[in-house]
Amino acid sequence: MTVSLSTHAETPLEQKRRFEHGGTTMAAGHRVSLKNLSAWYEDQHAVKGVDLDFEPNKVTAIIGPSGCGKSTLLRCINRMHEEIPGTRVEGEVLLDDQALYSDAVDVTAVRRAIGMVFQKPNPFPTMSIFDNVAAGPRLSGTKGGDLRERVERSLRSAALWDEVKDRLNQPGIGLSGGQQQRLCIARAISVEPEVVLMDEPASALDPASTLRIEELVEELKTRYTIVIVTHNMQQAARASDTTAFMLDGELIEAGPTEKIFTKPDDERTERYVSGKFG
Amino acid sequence: MAASAAAISQSGSLRGSPLSRLPDRALRIVLTALAVAILTLIAFFFIRLYVEARPAFARFGVFGFTFNNDWDVSRNVFGALPLVVGTLITAAVALIIGVPVAIAAALFVTELCPRRARGPLTIMLDLLAAVPSVVYGLWGVFVLIPKLKPAEQWVTDKLHFIPFIGGASVAGPNYFIGGLILAIMILPIVSAITREVMATVPADHKEAALALGATRWEMIRTAILPYSRAGITGAAMLGLGRAIGETIAVTLVIGNAPRIGSHLFDQGYTLAAVIANEFGEAANNPIHRAALIAAGLVLFVLTLLVNAAARVFINRRTALA
Amino acid sequence: MNAVLRPVSKARKRRDLAMRASLGLATALALVPLVLVLGYVAKRGLGAWSWHFFSTDPTGSFLGDPGGIKSAILGTILMVALATAISVPVGVGVALYLTEYGKNSWFAKAVRYFVDVMTGVPSIVFGLFVFIVLILSGGVGGYAGWKGSVALSLLMLPVVTRSAEVVLLLVPHTLRESALALGSPRWRMIAKVVLPTALPGLVTGSLLAVARAAGETAPLLFTAAIVNGTSLNLGQRMNSLPVQIFTDVGQAQDRLVARAWGAALTLVVLVLLLTLVARYMSRRSRLT
Repeated sequence: MTVSLSTHAETPLEQKRRFEHGGTTMAAGHRVSLKNLSAWYEDQHAVKGVDLDFEPNKVTAIIGPSGCGKSTLLRCINRMHEEIPGTRVEGEVLLDDQALYSDAVDVTAVRRAIGMVFQKPNPFPTMSIFDNVAAGPRLSGTKGGDLRERVERSLRSAALWDEVKDRLNQPGIGLSGGQQQRLCIARAISVEPEVVLMDEPASALDPASTLRIEELVEELKTRYTIVIVTHNMQQAARASDTTAFMLDGELIEAGPTEKIFTKPDDERTERYVSGKFG
Repeated sequence: MAASAAAISQSGSLRGSPLSRLPDRALRIVLTALAVAILTLIAFFFIRLYVEARPAFARFGVFGFTFNNDWDVSRNVFGALPLVVGTLITAAVALIIGVPVAIAAALFVTELCPRRARGPLTIMLDLLAAVPSVVYGLWGVFVLIPKLKPAEQWVTDKLHFIPFIGGASVAGPNYFIGGLILAIMILPIVSAITREVMATVPADHKEAALALGATRWEMIRTAILPYSRAGITGAAMLGLGRAIGETIAVTLVIGNAPRIGSHLFDQGYTLAAVIANEFGEAANNPIHRAALIAAGLVLFVLTLLVNAAARVFINRRTALA
Repeated sequence: MNAVLRPVSKARKRRDLAMRASLGLATALALVPLVLVLGYVAKRGLGAWSWHFFSTDPTGSFLGDPGGIKSAILGTILMVALATAISVPVGVGVALYLTEYGKNSWFAKAVRYFVDVMTGVPSIVFGLFVFIVLILSGGVGGYAGWKGSVALSLLMLPVVTRSAEVVLLLVPHTLRESALALGSPRWRMIAKVVLPTALPGLVTGSLLAVARAAGETAPLLFTAAIVNGTSLNLGQRMNSLPVQIFTDVGQAQDRLVARAWGAALTLVVLVLLLTLVARYMSRRSRLT
């Protein structure tokens, strides 16, 4: 499992970024903006003309009943939606000023800049803990001491290092569910993205592990722009700065989390957050 | 009988009458008997082959029969080593050529080709398996052998420094042609099973790799190949089993020379081919017949071992899921 | 691209492209033999086809008219039909045992394992076995068409069984339960619900087994043997297309070779038709 051909050397910018990530300096975050974003599965219009900004170094939660299009919206941001055959996206996604769906943009670069954590913990089953985290950096030719350093840093950031540092060579699927999910978070941030997307990251976990993930999200936002999809309203209320409410593919309302949960503008939001439906 | 049945059904209506349960029990017994019969058949199979092969083993010894390098019908001497070696050489050539192509085709069909091309490509790959063995043989004799001979000669001249491959004078029918035909014949089965194995790779793992910014090929190497390695090994071993047992096509293109060829492009023989060719004349010569049945038994055991191993590999992949 | 999107290195892109191209090329390479074989068989075979070719038996004479392949076609049809009549009921029966009764018992697992083992047994070994049991042991005469059928049915049996088991497992559990809940006994549930639902899939599996058997040479060589004349009696020696091709190739005489190509085209058309019909049937099946 090595990438032998790559001749990619770090640019000064990358070195700077690496320094910033390693140290305590807060990196300047990046903004993601959706402009009139629509998404389809075959004929089904799953996301309908959404305009929404995700602020740098903030956690934005997307809530809504199942099937409301929140996961689809999330998958449009790093262009994973197009991996499903028969799907289509219209409108724009901007990372700072860069349109991610423009022809000049390489989809792999998009995904490297925007990491993703999935609903079910999905470490590569044949790989050790170390190799799971190393898989991403290895793709771009990182190896040797740099690689070990990167793996350690990612595992520390994911608050997993102390638990696994003595068994890095054991299989990743041997960990508990909560540890596996933190391993996946470590894997996602190992390629040093700017934005981290989380698709119901705690829905398959027990309450204690869920809390740890939420604490971790709070720590991670100092370095990343974070978007988290959840159907768990307590989680959204606890872990996010901004909350967006979706219904039937439409964005109903977005604003500061406290406002959405206490005095939302829209009556449908009010009914949803007070548990009257969904 | 009818009266008592009615009485019972009245007293315990929930249990139904024995009469109405009779077909159920009969069906169960018949179906179970069929299953038992299959197992008995296979055991019987093995025993009969062994009993009929025993004269050959008695005269030459099991080890002597399998590993003596002397198969001469005119002297009634039967040592099967040339056949075993021929079988192994052709099977090896088949695997070396066929397996990489089969895996590549499976990857292309499942991960790379446009969705609309997937169905037609799958059907065409499967059709390779539908062409009868004797037709491949016919094509091999009259097309492949003459057309490939100059190319084979060129290769062996260029590679003259490699033992066994280089510096040969190419015989028309030879090990390589036999292996090549076998490669074509095992390709569809290896490819089909590899496709099945790859289809079981969870979308989660593929997406995890893509979300890290992997290119398509990097995704294949990170998520698909490690996960399906055991299954692909199993598929290759099933292909090996096929290659060992395949008879008619090889019989037509191997040259049927009962000696160990000196190089890859030399004539040879295989276990299966010798049975197909010599059994007709051997029916009235007990020791020759026993030797051929013994060759069949060696073939049987060999394919049994290979297939059993293949199952182990193919089933192992479920442990990951 | 701006600084946030660090482009993928050229080397990675090249490697990706190179690997995709090689996989595509390998796939094309895999299909070359199919095109070549079918092309040659069609070209040479059509040259041999004529009314005379289909309406006469091989004469067996080395000089002059070699005759056609009538006996081979009829022999193949008869022997394969009998083999199907043996292997399909037994194979589906065993599959029913596995899905409805045996399930995951150790015995069912053993049966499943050995059926898989049978799939791997070389066809010529089946021929040997039938020769030993039905010819060498005496009592039931010499070479005969029905013995060829027995050899072919042994070959078909595992194919039918495993494909039938897969299809039967696809019949939804709820269908079975609702039939049992209505109070129908198990055998009625199997006969009225399971088998009809699975029928198209069972036909597909059987047709694929038939296609495989029709193309087999090795098991027939020393069971049904080689003969020229037409026989409609399965108790006698019987010719078949694959064996006819095999013997004609061995003669290395232009006219016999031409007949081999014609017979090969006939056989290929027959087998491909069976295969395509089988695929069509499986597409019509509502079970997936």
